[in-house]
Amino acid sequence: MTDSPQAAIAKDDTVLVSEAKAGSYPAFEELVNRYEKKIYRLGLNITGLPEDAEDVLQETFLKAFQHLSEFREDSRFYTWLVRIGVNEGLMKLRRRRADKTVPIEDHVDEEGVTVPREFADWSPNPEQLLAQSELQSILDNAARSLPPTFRTVFHLRDVEGLSTAETAELLDLTESAVKARLFRARLQLREDLAKVFKRG
Amino acid sequence: MTLIGCKEVMQELSNFLEGDVDDDFKRELRSHLNKCSHCQVVVDTTRKTIELYCDGEIFPLPEPVRTRLHQVIRQKWFEKCK
Repeated sequence: MTDSPQAAIAKDDTVLVSEAKAGSYPAFEELVNRYEKKIYRLGLNITGLPEDAEDVLQETFLKAFQHLSEFREDSRFYTWLVRIGVNEGLMKLRRRRADKTVPIEDHVDEEGVTVPREFADWSPNPEQLLAQSELQSILDNAARSLPPTFRTVFHLRDVEGLSTAETAELLDLTESAVKARLFRARLQLREDLAKVFKRG
Repeated sequence: MTLIGCKEVMQELSNFLEGDVDDDFKRELRSHLNKCSHCQVVVDTTRKTIELYCDGEIFPLPEPVRTRLHQVIRQKWFEKCK
């Protein structure tokens, strides 16, 4: 019997993973449907380039498919996907570094405090003043201006909601380095957005 | 009660946004924010910055990217199952 789309949507990830392991393509496709947007966003935030984000997206799900039998289900499927996606994204950056296109390591003075310069209040709900594509472009450009590990830390901590310890482990950084990069990333993004969103 | 200044607010900004400061410090920080409009703006707009990046609606997956993803996965899946 073929599952209806509604039945598939209602299923827990663990059920879909079990069915996919048993050979069900619809089950795996449903897992892709659930997380494709988030993994693309992850790839875009790590690499900063749409074409690299698409590669990260494809490689993440292909690796998940190829290694599904090895997924031990002692963590959430999505957490496992994020780990694969982060590794794919970092590999992209390393390849670019080998091409001398972009540095991957950022020098950070962890003792220093970034000083905010923009103190004007923002318009209430600035996102409602702009078309979605315009807002996306502003946010993407601001993120792209950050060093790669800064925007990766910001994405993992603030968008994915990973803990400092989890982020440190994934990126092979110390927890204090994660905190320092997160602080700098948040403030830098705020400064950039303030130039656009400040009142009058 | 120790009076904290703008520098301390900035140093603890991330921890404050995550609720990871003790109650005494939180009280002092809120007291500072009530008097310091600059710090209040920085706290509010940093919080808003995070909210904007978390809004999934702003960041769609382009349809051609999605179509290519599903084509590749379908092809690899059925190649493996042959």
